[in-house]
Amino acid sequence: MLEDRGAAFGLEGRGKRTREFALSETLLKRSDPRTLSEAIMKKLGVFICHCGVNIAGTVDVKSVAGKMGEVKDVSHSADYIYMCSEPGQQLIRDAIREKGLEGVVVACCSPSMHENTFRKAVKSEGMNPYLCEIANIREQCSWVHQKEKQKATEKAEEIILATLKKVRENEKLEAISVSINRSVLVIGGGIAGMTAALDLAEGGYEVILLEKEQALGGHMTQLSKTFPDLHPALPDLFTKAKGIEMHPGIDLHCYSEMEEVKGYVGNFELTIRKKATYVDWEKCNGCGLCIRDCPVEYVSQFERGLGVRKAIDLLYPKSVPDKPVVHRVHCRYFIDGSCRKCEEVCPEKAIRFNQEDERIGKKVGAIVVATGFDLYPREKLGEYGYGEIPDVIDGLTLERMLSVDGPTKGKIIRPSDGKVPKEMVFIQCVASRDPDRYMPYCSRICCMYTAKQAKIYKEQVPDGQPYIFYMDIRSDGKGYEEFLQKTIEEKGLLYLRGRVSRIFQDNGTVRVLGVDTLTGNMVEVAADMVVLATAVVPSDGVKDLAAKLRATVDRHGFLTEAHIKLYPVESSTKGIYLAGCGQSPKDISDTVSQASATASKIQALLSTDQLLQDPLIAFVDEHICSGCGICVEICPYEAREMDSRRGISVVHSALCQGCGACIGACPNFACELRNSSSIQTLRMMDTFV
Amino acid sequence: MADFEPRIVAFLCHWCTYTGADLAGTTRQQYPPNIRVIHLMCSGAVDSIYVLKALIDGADGVLLGGCHPGDCHYQTGNYKARRRVAILKGILNQMGFTEDRIWLKWISASEGKLFADTVTKMTNDLKKMGPNPMKQLWNA
Repeated sequence: MLEDRGAAFGLEGRGKRTREFALSETLLKRSDPRTLSEAIMKKLGVFICHCGVNIAGTVDVKSVAGKMGEVKDVSHSADYIYMCSEPGQQLIRDAIREKGLEGVVVACCSPSMHENTFRKAVKSEGMNPYLCEIANIREQCSWVHQKEKQKATEKAEEIILATLKKVRENEKLEAISVSINRSVLVIGGGIAGMTAALDLAEGGYEVILLEKEQALGGHMTQLSKTFPDLHPALPDLFTKAKGIEMHPGIDLHCYSEMEEVKGYVGNFELTIRKKATYVDWEKCNGCGLCIRDCPVEYVSQFERGLGVRKAIDLLYPKSVPDKPVVHRVHCRYFIDGSCRKCEEVCPEKAIRFNQEDERIGKKVGAIVVATGFDLYPREKLGEYGYGEIPDVIDGLTLERMLSVDGPTKGKIIRPSDGKVPKEMVFIQCVASRDPDRYMPYCSRICCMYTAKQAKIYKEQVPDGQPYIFYMDIRSDGKGYEEFLQKTIEEKGLLYLRGRVSRIFQDNGTVRVLGVDTLTGNMVEVAADMVVLATAVVPSDGVKDLAAKLRATVDRHGFLTEAHIKLYPVESSTKGIYLAGCGQSPKDISDTVSQASATASKIQALLSTDQLLQDPLIAFVDEHICSGCGICVEICPYEAREMDSRRGISVVHSALCQGCGACIGACPNFACELRNSSSIQTLRMMDTFV
Repeated sequence: MADFEPRIVAFLCHWCTYTGADLAGTTRQQYPPNIRVIHLMCSGAVDSIYVLKALIDGADGVLLGGCHPGDCHYQTGNYKARRRVAILKGILNQMGFTEDRIWLKWISASEGKLFADTVTKMTNDLKKMGPNPMKQLWNA
């Protein structure tokens, strides 16, 4: 009766049976592949790889190949020392041609290694690549059962038999071609994001650049001079920032954050939240009168607590863009409505106290995440007296001091009393390379910037003495070692190898107790000032952003790349790319290199207007679907929709990512995943139990 | 019962646990050969019927492996799996079936050792529990 119904609906499955029938049979009956009498016979080929001794050393490949040859619809079973080698692939191609194979199982390493290799091989012989499946008998069999050869051999047989069951019901599929949006979103306006944005815009792609602060530049705007050439950081940065501001291909959104991301590679839909600045930036001419007359001053985060800023202010002097923002939590108007000085003085009438956050929608094809870094939070570094002793500061704070436009106009002075420090202690690896208590990794920039800071200090205070506590000196960049050696020799820096055990305030000085592990002597320095080279950590909020982008972060919160060596700028989510310190700590040279690499990867992606996607996505058996709509609710990609006219659910093939959530949720097996249907899964399971 | 070798059917998600199981291989972690793996894209794709049928047919244990909470490649698939397993366990309990035969574990792509340890522990636990009673039912 089921057959009749299937025929009436024009729903003839393989072997003239409906999927319902096949399913009920699969559920009720257990079929033995070796006595396969079913109608879905194919000419199958099994190819078993020795992988040298990696597989053959544990699994008896000859006996497995023999047994597979006995399976009724296997017309070719072979083993070879390296299937992935050219002669190995040729074996497969020859067998397809000579025996007319309709499906292939390669029993070898994990599909993540060579699935593509073998699918390409069968395709070159005219077979649909999706009729080739991998049986993973290396990573999940021979390598993990090395002492149990007999059982590993049995397991390998079962894995191959199960994979044969899958292949028998695989469909021929074609890659799905989707049109792509050829614009790019760059998140983060630091040196990484700016470089990527400029490179892409120069390549002719439209770029949307998002920066959460009110101006471009990121942490580089806080730096004085950069190693190893001691160029001031700002001029180089301004050139880039101005280039971005003027570029017709870059749509710059400062003081903005990502609110929502939908879609997938080639077609992302974004909602950007432009935070209210309370200033009409179109009208503002950047005269600065509002800043001059604002009566509110508060401690500046940008100046690392050394300076003050106004309630309406720029992020830093001559910032790009040079437009001020009213900071609501500090502004008197917002606190008690008492002051509107900026509004009164503004010649362009650009102040807008009633401005609200604005949400704008955009579409892009790829996203660069260049979210940058923060320094390890000072609250957690109590043992160094950090936050308690005013003359213990971190490296970035010293950078502000060294900046000519900074709070001390470039002079190194003690924050407590403004005196010039004569004994200066630098401590490296603070919270880095300390797996028990802090971060296990090396922050990579501290060795060099400490040397640079010590050098500048020595030039500014020739009779001062810098001491540097270090674990190892790492200077692997171009010209770094030379810079370091020259600095040490010329400036008489005192490097002490060892960790600091205690820091405490004593009679106006900061006492630093440590040990010089090279001499074995205890060291005690009565320092005027201590500079901590604190660990680089991912910037705040990266985890939330990564979740929105469906990108992953490691246990420290750094964004993870698809492959540390082979795909270092791609995230594991297609269409999401990485640049800068958000991925791992790195210096400016490496950041710029990586950002340019990212930009060129994206240009390759967007060089066509069509993108080929794996067709292993969901489909709906229209005759079984009852239109309950569970799949529509459960789909994380909004790839499912009700067709109200036909009363069934449909799949948007461009949106479906093939996760299978709808397959698990569908109460009557109407949703299935291409080449991974529940029938296939259940049949595979039959081999195993 | 000493020579009882339990049979475990595992449904592993592509992005975390399957890759983690691969890593167990790459790093040559050793675990008992009692497990048979079925690769799925996401733990959220595990239909209840897979688990039920495995147990009805006589699997001694069913292992579901997914990404850690919050790390699902498909956003929320692992939460769906978690809810589904909770319901399944409830049903199995009511049927007088011990729920300890179903394991849901979060094993990331970097936790090869955890995968090996999980399989080892599950095999040992199932050995103590003895064969799936369904098996005797069918054989009787």
